[in-house]
Amino acid sequence: MTEAALRGMDASASPPDQATAVAAIKVSKSFGGVRALRTASFAARAGEVHALVGENGAGKSTLIKLLGGRLPPDSGTIERAGQPLRLAGPADAAAHGIGTVFQELTLLPWLTVAENLLIGREPRSGLGLIRRARLAPQAEAMLAGLGIHHIDPRALAADISLAERQIIEIVRVLIRQPRVLLLDEPTSSLVEREVEWLFARIRELAAQGSAVVFTSHRWKEIASIAGRITIFRNGAEVGTFTGIDEAEAITLMTGQHVATLYPARAPIPSGASPALELTDASVNGGARISLALAAGEILGVGGLAGQGHRELFLGLFGAPPLRHGSIRIGGKPARIASPADAIHASLGIALVPEDRKSEGLLLPLPVRDNLTLPILSHLSRLGVIRGAVERRMSREMIQRLGIRTPSAAQPVGALSGGNQQKVLVGRWLLAESRILLLYDVTRGVDIATKHEIYELMMRLAAEGKAILFYSSDTEELAQLCHRVLVLRDGRIAAELTPPALTAEAIVAAALHDADSDNAAIRGATGDDAARGAAGDNEARDAVHDEATRGAVGGNITARGADGGGTMRGAGGDSVAMRGARTRGTHAE
Amino acid sequence: MPSDLAIRPHAGPAAARCRPPIAHALGQNAGLILAAVILLLCIAGFAAMFWLQQQRLPGNFEITSTVNNTMPLALAAVGQSIVVLTRGIDLSVGGVIDLTNALAAIWLTGSVLHMAGVSVLIVLIGAVAGLFNGLLVGLGRLQPIVVTLATLSIFQGLAIRVLPQPGGAVPPGYTDVLVNPNQPTALVFLVIAVAGWMALRRSRLGVGIFAIGNDESSAVALGVNAMRTKIAAYMIGGALYALAGLFLAANATAGDATTGDGYTLSSIVAVVLGGVNLFGGRGSAVGAICGAFITTMIVNILFFSHINPLYQSFYEGLFLVIAVVFGALIGRLVRGRR
Repeated sequence: MTEAALRGMDASASPPDQATAVAAIKVSKSFGGVRALRTASFAARAGEVHALVGENGAGKSTLIKLLGGRLPPDSGTIERAGQPLRLAGPADAAAHGIGTVFQELTLLPWLTVAENLLIGREPRSGLGLIRRARLAPQAEAMLAGLGIHHIDPRALAADISLAERQIIEIVRVLIRQPRVLLLDEPTSSLVEREVEWLFARIRELAAQGSAVVFTSHRWKEIASIAGRITIFRNGAEVGTFTGIDEAEAITLMTGQHVATLYPARAPIPSGASPALELTDASVNGGARISLALAAGEILGVGGLAGQGHRELFLGLFGAPPLRHGSIRIGGKPARIASPADAIHASLGIALVPEDRKSEGLLLPLPVRDNLTLPILSHLSRLGVIRGAVERRMSREMIQRLGIRTPSAAQPVGALSGGNQQKVLVGRWLLAESRILLLYDVTRGVDIATKHEIYELMMRLAAEGKAILFYSSDTEELAQLCHRVLVLRDGRIAAELTPPALTAEAIVAAALHDADSDNAAIRGATGDDAARGAAGDNEARDAVHDEATRGAVGGNITARGADGGGTMRGAGGDSVAMRGARTRGTHAE
Repeated sequence: MPSDLAIRPHAGPAAARCRPPIAHALGQNAGLILAAVILLLCIAGFAAMFWLQQQRLPGNFEITSTVNNTMPLALAAVGQSIVVLTRGIDLSVGGVIDLTNALAAIWLTGSVLHMAGVSVLIVLIGAVAGLFNGLLVGLGRLQPIVVTLATLSIFQGLAIRVLPQPGGAVPPGYTDVLVNPNQPTALVFLVIAVAGWMALRRSRLGVGIFAIGNDESSAVALGVNAMRTKIAAYMIGGALYALAGLFLAANATAGDATTGDGYTLSSIVAVVLGGVNLFGGRGSAVGAICGAFITTMIVNILFFSHINPLYQSFYEGLFLVIAVVFGALIGRLVRGRR
């Protein structure tokens, strides 16, 4: 369907409704030179679940911040139940019945879960003093009332997992029974089971007449819960729709027809020399692993979380170095004791980490400085940086990678996540790295940018770069890699090559010993009622955590082959999920 | 649809979850507990040293003079810890003590009522000094270290203006009330300070102080008024430094416009020894009080060890480094984090 035809389906043109709970009318917002929102409008009705969809940087989060009172609009108005509002802050918004779970978590790390949950509404004594002894029991009761028993209210927020923090963040808003609930990517760190829990709460709230607005990059979630879908592109709404499918949504989000998400693999040049050889290294205690990566090859590393991937990737980058084992680069023995060694031109190893904010980019500095940081010594003459050369090189890289930024002088922190990721890749291309270690680089990145990153990977491999690639999205590994090594307990449990290389096979190899763990989880819960229904969930959760987050969580999985050139979502169960289910049944 | 999240689907340190409340309490107050333990060790060390030299344990006189000598630092440390908890720092401590000490020396005369009024006024002046800091930091959004470094000089200058030469005379009656030389009655003020801290901890302001020290933008998102909270924190700090100035005056029965200068650094030392995190959001003023007493005990121990007073600051610094390293190690051990 063409975009014009899709636009015709715009549901916002339907008869004006009386029960608009919250609306943004022609709002604009700029950060520095970047216009995040350009006279965008949005409205959510009481009692509906309304999804906000768009690429990273389309303006969804900014809109949520305006509606939630976190930021004031530069122009335009926010209305609540038809009344214009000037929100002084999130607390003010809460007083108007608007509760928001922002994308950046706002838990205070060194306070307990209970203190965080009850902040501003603590139990008080007659003298007006907070009854600290009552905080934990009260929080415990609150959590239990929402079906949460596994989070200790006495623990510090810093000591609970990311998913648990996300849940606490959601609970803190839920307990206020908001009339408007805004959720910005609430599910990105949650596993299936927790997503189901959240959706049950959302449905309850909507049934009571609250408006729920949420954003997600997972189409399956959107399809399962949203009534209406508003699509954003370039800081303004494209339209509001009901009953569109994934391919239509992507066409509207990107404004271009995406034929296939995963580009075809280029063959590894025959006789390619091994770029990286690792022998008998230990990443996770006892076992030793060896691997060889050829120039032009994309070698995937898969498996459950915490099986040594991180140690392997950081180890190859010298941060900290691997214990035991030997490394050969381009056939010659190499010693990598620090990132400086790895980066050095003689080795040419680059690491693109998942957490680009804390492990890679200097956010307040311009794109240009971030790009040229490792090669400044080459760019300098007598210690002075040759500005013209630096500017030309960074301009070329911005063009080559299609980094969307108004200029090379823009602080990296103002770019969207996908573009920040490209800056990191660009940095290492400028440094002429020959071996790229890509660690979960597509995490939290929207579908269109993912596609761009995939194409970039293919291009780099075709140019002869050797790529070691870890992803928590199993489908991604299966579709992009020439070969995948599955890690389990710090050793290589399986090596998969096409045609045996499927998401299902990766999950099966990753899971092989996990059955005993499942039994332990079941034993610990003893929840008979939940067991039947959740039988497959348990096995799934075990895999699901990190390892198959993408594939199971409903990330859009599409293959050029089965859609005859059109983008097609995997819809119901992905292969990986069926694989996990099978195992779950075994475990019963 | 599951309404329960009964399982724990996440791999990770299980220890953080199913621990008894007492384990949480210990882990989360590790800094305070460590400070108390170090203090007890110092007291034991001092008693042992005293026993070796005098063949008896420290008595009423030693306890009284230790308490009286530590009171100013303990009060300043409480004030400093409140500011530090907001992720700030107050270098103007010494200046405020100088100024209030000088004012006490020239104003404290006459009737009991007059002296009580003057004392209240001086404490208020301390609070106004804090208000000045707080406005610059909270409203002006300037860096605390720069603001208070500047105001330190301002207050020191004002103090010299008030009392160019050491002098004045604090009536013995006043001394007896604050720092009775015969009995450690000053401990009463310490108890009041601790009670005040506990009340602050349980107030909206206290929650705000901890919240902005944890993460200012999150705290604001949660409805904390960061500006007001900071101003209040600096004002409480200023009032406490003024009290310290009064105690110093009472102890010396006279005033000196430079007597407080050392308190800027020693209050920070006490706060660190007391387990208050210099990056804000974690710690307790009770720990800071322990830190103040640890500092005094170290001086006492050094004195009885017949260490050349010229080297005293060397050993104090050495001990501080050891205590901080030790504290960091214990902290990592207790919370099991990297």
